[in-house]
Amino acid sequence: MIRDITIGQYYPANSVIHKMDPRVKITCTLLFLISLFLQNSVLGYAIATLFLAVVIKVSKVPFKFIVKGLKAIVIILLITVGFNLFLTSEGTILVEFWIFKITDKGLRIAVFMAVRLIYLIIGSSIMTLTTTPNSLTDGIERLLSPLNKIHVPVHEIAMMMSIALRFIPILIEETDKIMKAQIARGADLESGNMIQRAKAMIPVLVPLFISAFRRANDLAMAMEARCYRGGEGRTKMKPLAYHRRDFVGYAITLVYIVMIFVVGRYVPFHIWIF
Amino acid sequence: MSIKLENINYIYNPGTVYEKHALKDINLTIEQGEFVGVIGHTGSGKSTLIQHLNGLIKATSGNFYYDGKDVYSPGYNMKELRTQVGLVFQYPEHQLFEVDVLTDVCFGPKNQGLPKEECEKRAKEALQLVGFPEKYYTQSPFELSGGQKRRVAIAGVLAMRPKVLVLDEPTAGLDPKGRDEILDQIAYLHKQADLTVILVSHSMEDIAKYVERIVVVNDGEKMFDASPREVFSHYKELEKVGLAAPQVTYIMHALKEKGMDVPLGATTIEEAADAIMRSFHD
Repeated sequence: MIRDITIGQYYPANSVIHKMDPRVKITCTLLFLISLFLQNSVLGYAIATLFLAVVIKVSKVPFKFIVKGLKAIVIILLITVGFNLFLTSEGTILVEFWIFKITDKGLRIAVFMAVRLIYLIIGSSIMTLTTTPNSLTDGIERLLSPLNKIHVPVHEIAMMMSIALRFIPILIEETDKIMKAQIARGADLESGNMIQRAKAMIPVLVPLFISAFRRANDLAMAMEARCYRGGEGRTKMKPLAYHRRDFVGYAITLVYIVMIFVVGRYVPFHIWIF
Repeated sequence: MSIKLENINYIYNPGTVYEKHALKDINLTIEQGEFVGVIGHTGSGKSTLIQHLNGLIKATSGNFYYDGKDVYSPGYNMKELRTQVGLVFQYPEHQLFEVDVLTDVCFGPKNQGLPKEECEKRAKEALQLVGFPEKYYTQSPFELSGGQKRRVAIAGVLAMRPKVLVLDEPTAGLDPKGRDEILDQIAYLHKQADLTVILVSHSMEDIAKYVERIVVVNDGEKMFDASPREVFSHYKELEKVGLAAPQVTYIMHALKEKGMDVPLGATTIEEAADAIMRSFHD
């Protein structure tokens, strides 16, 4: 039923990417996302594609799984492509009908925009698919720790993030259970108009809220019982440490960024348009 | 009323890394008026199995006949099946949501499309059946004690007047008194109303005390399906799959080993006490 939701899902596998330090993955993903906006040529995208393909291959995550994440942005993608395609008036006209004109430039921008969006999603989903939520927040905490100096509660933010992430599957499971229990009592959650359906959700939402508060309460109690009192002076069981593979990861990403930068800077793009 | 499962298979998340074959070729027939216990280790598939019985989950393959009718045939009235087979989940009090006890118990009959008076009549009847005191009918279900909440939740299912009552660990987290009361009440319903009861439990003592037939599920497969006496005589095999026999079974075996002439079949304390007394008199 509701269990099929796959937001930020982790895909367990045994690969170098999975074992990498989360800081490397976060930094490199960010660099990759920025790199997509640094260039605008076929050669540049070819390099980005190659980079992504290698990372996907190394990560051992099935391509099918990655594509699944794209379903969520199909509508945004279509709108973006549509706007760019029909509303760009510069360039030579390729097709013209009614009030719409499709120009070569419009087509080019639309295609590039679509590729850019798809790569953005694929790039970030590789990070979430290969990193457990906990190590992800660990990485964020360490990366943001300089902000502690200006009194940003970095540890607290990271802790809230990990708790929130941890609660997603729990609440999904709980929702599933409550829905089943109410369906077993004859509740009809699927038919009817919007208002009827919203009303039919009350028997699910009320118990769900209560259980969420109960769980939050239990968790707070359990944390206090184990003497949790914020981040100050708290040590880690497995402190993050860089290994050789992490430096290799940085190096490869750096080479990639330099290539993109050079291509974007010094190769006149009109050569590579079509 | 009869329930017939034929070669039921169920697979969670097929085609992904999380794929799990939860039920493997389950065949099971339950007749009107039986009191069946289902035992199995955590994750053995017993919860998955009982969710099939009212159509909450559909088998990946296999057939399910209720009263001789094929439940998986197109156009089968699932809603009707769900009123016939009442399913009480683990910690059923987590499903309570209404402002007062009576309204909450009315939820089931209301969904059956019954008029208000009839709903209330059935709700009151169900609350009486589970032994819930009348003075608390107008109280918020959230202010009740754990045991009382559970009674209300069970009444919420009974109010739909099911022919079969399936209970998933109805006594988990209750104190011994609340546990005995609820199980006695269920046993009473079974006798009085000719209700077919399917009880999932971790407590071998409870199972031995109440049920007439035990189905043991292990790793998605049906391991045993026989009387408590027969099933518990395989206590060594049960231990291998993380289960056990009631404590009296062990006592009887220990006594026998020490040379006392007692029958090994006793599964409840009363039976065992009788048998031991008799062997003293001989």
